[in-house]
Amino acid sequence: MAATLAEAHLRIEGSTAVVDLSGDINRSAESVLTDAYAQASAAGCTSIILNFAGTEFINSTGIAVIVGVLAKARQEGRTVSACGLTEHYQHIFEITRLADFMPMFPDEVAARSNGS
Amino acid sequence: MAMFGKALQRVRPKGRKDASGREAAAVTEVAQSPPVDIAPNDPIIAFFQSASGAVDVDALELESPAVTALKEAGVKLVVPLVAQGELIGLLNLGPRLSERDYSGDDRKLLDNLAAQAAPAVRVGQLVQEQEAQVRDRERLEQEMRVATLIQQQFLPKELPQMAGWQVSAFYRPARAVGGDFYDFIELSDGRIAIVAGDVTDKGVPAALVMASTRSIIRAEAERLVSPSKVMERANDLLYPDIPAHMFVTCLYAVLDPRTGVIQFANAGHNLPYVRIGDEVVELRATGMPLGLMAGSKYDETEATLGAGQTMLLHSDGLAEAHSAHGEMFGFPRMHELMAKADGGQEVIDALLLELDRFTADVQEQEDDITLVTVQRSAHSHFEESTNAGEMTMPDTNGHRVLAEFQLPSDLGNEREVMDRVAEAVQSLDLPGPRLENLKTAVSEAAMNAIEHGNEGNAELAVGVQVLLSDDDLRVLIRDFGGGREIPEAETPDIEAKLAGLQKPRGWGLFLIQNMVDKMEVTSDDVHHTVELVLYLKGEADGSDAS
Repeated sequence: MAATLAEAHLRIEGSTAVVDLSGDINRSAESVLTDAYAQASAAGCTSIILNFAGTEFINSTGIAVIVGVLAKARQEGRTVSACGLTEHYQHIFEITRLADFMPMFPDEVAARSNGS
Repeated sequence: MAMFGKALQRVRPKGRKDASGREAAAVTEVAQSPPVDIAPNDPIIAFFQSASGAVDVDALELESPAVTALKEAGVKLVVPLVAQGELIGLLNLGPRLSERDYSGDDRKLLDNLAAQAAPAVRVGQLVQEQEAQVRDRERLEQEMRVATLIQQQFLPKELPQMAGWQVSAFYRPARAVGGDFYDFIELSDGRIAIVAGDVTDKGVPAALVMASTRSIIRAEAERLVSPSKVMERANDLLYPDIPAHMFVTCLYAVLDPRTGVIQFANAGHNLPYVRIGDEVVELRATGMPLGLMAGSKYDETEATLGAGQTMLLHSDGLAEAHSAHGEMFGFPRMHELMAKADGGQEVIDALLLELDRFTADVQEQEDDITLVTVQRSAHSHFEESTNAGEMTMPDTNGHRVLAEFQLPSDLGNEREVMDRVAEAVQSLDLPGPRLENLKTAVSEAAMNAIEHGNEGNAELAVGVQVLLSDDDLRVLIRDFGGGREIPEAETPDIEAKLAGLQKPRGWGLFLIQNMVDKMEVTSDDVHHTVELVLYLKGEADGSDAS
């Protein structure tokens, strides 16, 4: 399957922002994810859910992008959680210990109900 | 009303008759009478404008500096000259030569005279105004010619020639000549600096600032090399001397034509676009325009132009062009057009064609338009070619070859490698997690080979072998990074990264090591090879390698 550029669609509901990600999460995700975070931040959201349900490929440069956004969010006192990850990427988030700082949920409903 | 004041200065009160009674003497005296200036807010103006005929100055009781001045100048009678409801001058008369009062006939005669003189004076004034406008226009046009001359003098006379690259440029000044410029600077290490800039303001001052900026960048490019440092230095040199309210946006990129690697810094200029396949992405780097603030710092970003990819640098003139209906051309339209155009010159042609259509009913181009494209040649026959970049793969040591192929070092090809390896091992029916782990390891190793081993040089191949024995599955990924010391990889520490103590990147090797049973790295003078091993026995439970 050919590489597809990352896209992010932002949904803001109250203090929660859901970022629906699609395409490949690699270096091309940097600007889209950073922009989505900036918009969520500007809207005053305190909780951000990264929804990976539309994503089939995440590589190390994509992980670096996620780490960058997570670092910024933590500095600014916002929580970030992840949902919709395949088992493989859940595994990768665990071995990289991303999951220790960004709780993972099977889907958006679960992420929301856990106070994210 | 300024015109009115000037007109009045030329209409001077009539002088008294001298002892000889000759007219010439009277003329002399007229010439010596002081002119009377009337301030635009003097109440006498409204009075004269609505007066029905000649006005006796001595009878005026208005609180007006002009009335005082008229009386002091010996003016007895004022005949307002009114054309189309506007007071355009005054006919000022001193006392009659007979020293009698002005008669009813005199006033009637003067009123008739005023009625005919007023339009004539107005015509004279209009002619003078037009002459002044023509002089102003000629001066502006002369200034524009000078500005154009300066600007064109400093634009490149020819485009750089680089094997495997096509560079195209388009520049069209607006009538009022803005401050767009672009430049190519060949550096001694074989790289080339590409500059695109735009000076705010127009005309000669903008052209001079553009010339200074270009000279500063040219002087510093070779010495400093780093794009962010060049921008910092240019800002420091421009800031103290740049005229108020003027600044320069500038994009400065250094391209290595051997590898396609571009390092760039951006001083508030439009973001460059890169066309990758049918997609267009922006290259982001931030920084303040040059000359705006002392001590500005600039981000430095790196990207790689792969085979067939095109970078576009562009000034405001295109995106901010307006249609006759006031709609803006805009960045989304540029994105769309660039995504459809195949190649550098084609991108420029498509943008200009659409611009012409978009601005069909617009009289004049608003701002300078500059477009520069840098396109890397496509290598569609790469795999069939036998050039120096082709890869020799190692002996298979008795393993069965499931697949062997090579691909050019274009970023994005790591996914192609991953998919082809997955296809090659399909018949092995690996458990799902094992296969996913292998795919991740393969794509990471291939990305390292493209990006680091071959430094993104599309002319160098990445070689891949998928080998099978009874005991194991081996995927070899080989690049031309041999003969170099391989830097020790830092073990990624998420806590340090989140605290900003480590860079966010650096996960590749960690992932590979955790995804496969064994990773072996070998190197010779030419090649660097990563071998990923999955043991096929003792993994019946399907658990993954970690």
